Amino acid sequence: MRTSISERALDAIVSGVLWGFRILIVLAIVIGTVLAIRAGTYTRAQWIDFVIFGVAQGSIYALIALGYTMVYGILRMINFAHGDIFMTGAFGAYFTATWLTKIGFTDRYPVLGLMIPILVAMIIATLIAMLVERIAYRPLRGAPRLVPLISAIGASFFLEYSFRGIFGPGKYAYPPISALEGEWVVLGIGILKVHVVVMVAAGIMMALLYTLVMYTKVGKAMRAVSENQDTAALMGIDVNKTIVSTFAIGAAMAGAAGVLFSLVYRQIDWFMGFTPGIKAFTAAVLGGIGNIPGAMVGGLVLGVFESVGPSLFLEGLGIIRPYQLKDVIAYTMLVMILLFRPSGILGERLTKQKA
Amino acid sequence: MNNTNKENSLWAAIKIGLLGGAVALFISLVGMAEVFSKRDVVEKTMTLGQFVLLAISVASGLLAARRTAALLDKPNTASQAAAGLVAGFFSAAILTLFVVIGAKINIRTVFLNASPGLYSMLTLNQGVSGVWILPVAGAVSGLLGALSLSLPNAVRRPLFHAILFIFFMALFSGLFRVVMINQSGFWEKTAKYLFSQTGMTRPGAAIFFALVAAISAFWSAKGQAIKTDVANLPKGGQIGLRVIAFAVIAFIALGLPLVSGAFIAQVIVIVALFILMGLGLNITLGFAGLLDLGFVAFYAIGAYTVGLLTSYGQYGLQHISFWAAIPLAVLVAMAAGFTLGLPVLGVRGDYLAIATLGFGEIVRLLAGSDFLAKYFGGPQGIIGIQKPCIGVLGEFTKVDVPRVCYSLFDAAKPGIELGTPQSIYYIAVASAILIAFVSWRLRESRLGRAWMAIREDEDVAEALGVNLIQTKLLAYMLGAAMAGLGGAIFATLIGSIFATSMQLIVSINVASLIIVGGMGSIPGVIVGAIALIGLPELLREVSEFRYLLYGATLIIMMLAKPEGLWPSKTTQRELHHLDAGTSAE
Repeated sequence: MRTSISERALDAIVSGVLWGFRILIVLAIVIGTVLAIRAGTYTRAQWIDFVIFGVAQGSIYALIALGYTMVYGILRMINFAHGDIFMTGAFGAYFTATWLTKIGFTDRYPVLGLMIPILVAMIIATLIAMLVERIAYRPLRGAPRLVPLISAIGASFFLEYSFRGIFGPGKYAYPPISALEGEWVVLGIGILKVHVVVMVAAGIMMALLYTLVMYTKVGKAMRAVSENQDTAALMGIDVNKTIVSTFAIGAAMAGAAGVLFSLVYRQIDWFMGFTPGIKAFTAAVLGGIGNIPGAMVGGLVLGVFESVGPSLFLEGLGIIRPYQLKDVIAYTMLVMILLFRPSGILGERLTKQKA
Repeated sequence: MNNTNKENSLWAAIKIGLLGGAVALFISLVGMAEVFSKRDVVEKTMTLGQFVLLAISVASGLLAARRTAALLDKPNTASQAAAGLVAGFFSAAILTLFVVIGAKINIRTVFLNASPGLYSMLTLNQGVSGVWILPVAGAVSGLLGALSLSLPNAVRRPLFHAILFIFFMALFSGLFRVVMINQSGFWEKTAKYLFSQTGMTRPGAAIFFALVAAISAFWSAKGQAIKTDVANLPKGGQIGLRVIAFAVIAFIALGLPLVSGAFIAQVIVIVALFILMGLGLNITLGFAGLLDLGFVAFYAIGAYTVGLLTSYGQYGLQHISFWAAIPLAVLVAMAAGFTLGLPVLGVRGDYLAIATLGFGEIVRLLAGSDFLAKYFGGPQGIIGIQKPCIGVLGEFTKVDVPRVCYSLFDAAKPGIELGTPQSIYYIAVASAILIAFVSWRLRESRLGRAWMAIREDEDVAEALGVNLIQTKLLAYMLGAAMAGLGGAIFATLIGSIFATSMQLIVSINVASLIIVGGMGSIPGVIVGAIALIGLPELLREVSEFRYLLYGATLIIMMLAKPEGLWPSKTTQRELHHLDAGTSAE
């Protein structure tokens, strides 16, 4: 093979710059961490709080990431509107929860008062996701890859601004559940009750999903279709139905995540889906896209990094008000994974077909 | 057999009607119907809101009649009319139900737009007792829609064109009115005759309707003949025609900002800026097929470079002139494109979109953070950007005092300071023409071929000896450079920069206008920018629903016309080839 000198020089520059990036990021993290621990601004209890908050937040990311990963696994498509499906769930839950609180139901039966909004959120998110799939994605199957992605961006905008138009641009305060105020003390560590509920609920949902995918007929069909659509069709699997159920299950998870998110942050608005959506996508890539346990691990890792990171390495580097740069950590992580290990933590090597 | 088909066609009509009804309900709940009803199509006769809702019923009727014709063995006008009637009725039925329920229960706590104004608009101010108006109007419109099918083409098409034109005139009547009244004299009188405060007058609407219908009828009768005549012209004559057309367009494009007044001039500058950026992203996305959702990062970098270099505010570093800062801004943006592009260009397709989106957000967050506030002004931004000056700039004296622009020939006289939107417009247009030329030449070059090869199939391109990273990087850097130029001009136009204006929405805007115009097509960028940036800026009524309509437009374009409104010849050929390929499967 004949390569010109200029091309070889460029290749050298490319790999040089890439290594520069990698070393710089690792150095920044290590130095920042050492400095922050030396400075000792935060106590041990505070660090534990950060981690717990990170796990709670991360389990929400993980729930959303599942939808991204499942759809990507089956269609090789980034469902850009998935974050907004999460938002629709939160809205459905908000109106239900407000009504239940107003009639005094939530105070009498706090468990049901929590479960019913989650159920409503899951149903609404599922319905809207199926509608979006039917209108914006299904007709485009088999088109060049940019086409469904652009359609998904359109769907995302359409959902966001429809909700803005219908429910207004303001923020809504999610009604608090009085039974969830305060802390529980576990092994001498105080944990907010809300965080416990979020972690437990997310854990249950993920366990259910894993069982569904691994041990039921629908799950088997999903795995088969994601392996090879044509062969799956020959084996008598209804590919269309399987794809729709993938969307539906992913959306149900996102809807539930929407409620958990509202419980933690106490407010919802029409744009709430965008940032968690991108972060959940990062989590999915982090764990290895197309890989279900990967999405769960990726979500937790991202959540903890984001919660601990600003105080751990950003503050150590002398950055003032590091919390403003919380989102930068997530976005930098996304770019970093693509730099270091595009296959993600648990992913197999990205084959040409999947990348 | 025939019976089941009849039942099917009834069902189909009901389904179509309900679908139309759902759309009508959506339009009402999202607030569009009420906002539109503040503008008239024809003064004291029909508001825009009513027009839109009736149009939905007419369309439902038309579609149902078509469906019936397809389902029945022997379709006749009566069965089609019946289908139209049913579909029209059901398209209004959902809204009727909504009004009835709304009168009993207060649903406004959930749906903000379910306001008394909406109800009274839907019932023509009659209250619940006027609820019968809706289904009747729906059924009649559906019937009309169905009957229009049986009209001969020569009548139906002019009618359709005239109604469509009336709709657009109603949207723009306010603008035309203002521009014409500004000219005073004859134009002012005409404007007052044709347009009212809120829409068209009755005679105005009648005149437009008749005019457009006549033109359309004439064109459908004679258009083909004229086209062949033009095609049969000798080569010189065709070139002559093109030159004339081009001269007319150039005359309008260059002269419009001078006569239109400040508001429209401002809109035109923004359109020109977006054309500029669209041409830049067109290289990255249209030619090389790299979806860059972090385009705004380079826009921000260009803007901040010009800001820091020329500002006379507290963050200004160098106080050089605009003309010296522009090439620097382009170079800095290009260098940023190089460094940001390197790590991510190895990844493919949709990963790239998300990774670049991450970059865009990182740049915005960093620029607006307190951490870097001592360099970039943080949330307060950079203010006091020096306007471009044709002449000699006076010395920088102290912070917050603009430098004086002196004439080139006489240091005592003031020079020409390009401070107004109109003058910046010409800078933007000049840059856009330059970039259009550059990208046209690039497309036809070896590099352009390599880009298109990558867009079609990376593996094949690589096998044929295209260096992927190098070629992609060049596309990315050129796109970044043009975004930087756009940002630099924008910073000068506004005179200040804020990190909050560097949102993802800018990237999406630019990407959408390319997609709607036609990926890889240079005139497509212009069409897209006018349609997606210009129209919503001009129409206050629509601007509230701008991004909602964007989303819908993107989906509809992908479904119906993925090659865009004005596609390049290759893309069109490819996509049609693709259609043939999939249908053969």
